[in-house]
Amino acid sequence: MQNETKARVEQLASPAGHPVSVLRFEGDIASTSKDAVLGSYQALPKETSKLVLLDFSKVDYINSSGIALVIQMLIEASNSGQKVYAFGLSAHFTKVFTMVGITKYAGLFATQAEALAAL
Amino acid sequence: MSGLKSIDAPKSTTVEVRLPSKMGFEKVAMSTASAVAKLMGFPEDRVEDLKTAVAEACINAIEHGNRLNEKLSVDVVLSAGVDSLEVKVIDDGKGMTKQPAKPDIDRKMHGEEDPRGMGMFLIQALVDEAEWVAGAEGKSSYVRLVIRLDKEAE
Repeated sequence: MQNETKARVEQLASPAGHPVSVLRFEGDIASTSKDAVLGSYQALPKETSKLVLLDFSKVDYINSSGIALVIQMLIEASNSGQKVYAFGLSAHFTKVFTMVGITKYAGLFATQAEALAAL
Repeated sequence: MSGLKSIDAPKSTTVEVRLPSKMGFEKVAMSTASAVAKLMGFPEDRVEDLKTAVAEACINAIEHGNRLNEKLSVDVVLSAGVDSLEVKVIDDGKGMTKQPAKPDIDRKMHGEEDPRGMGMFLIQALVDEAEWVAGAEGKSSYVRLVIRLDKEAE
């Protein structure tokens, strides 16, 4: 019943010239998304991927288990000296991420262009 | 569609959905709740709030109430009143004995709190009323959610 989570990694550079690892998610983010969410993040080289940008623009459904996976990623990123940002969340999930406090540890942006411009 | 409010109907219109205790089927209840709320004229942002609250209530019922036992069902009863929508999510568990603490992102980030455990918080934060009722003899426990049409005007 869950739409399988797909994750794709893309390496970009911000206008300021910083390398940014973009994780593009598609489908649902739920308890079954561990490999896609944490697995794709953990496959990034820690030394060179200091800026991680999460693309939620093709994600329709995120539940509390999915949010917990994002928090687990933030914990690992914090421990590895990486910074995590996100864009493409709907207005509703932007509200939900704010309610649970994720915005304290991950900057949220409306679009990829806005996110990259800030990095 | 003219919306449920304009239909010359009884005070409450009920829709019932029975789900298997299998993760993912919460989306069926979520879609049904969304359709009913839209018929009642709820604005899009409130429909989204309701969808997340109903999904989380069903996930709790499937995972904690029925302990993923696919022989047990989760019943979702939506009662559309004149100015509010009530949703009951019923499982075969013993019900909540105590409310979990409000999630604390700092404690989660420092490993002092499980990253999970946000479902009940989201439910309470997103609807106008939420109550957890333990069923008699440890069965048929339910969570009751209410979302009101006139919230914006309050």
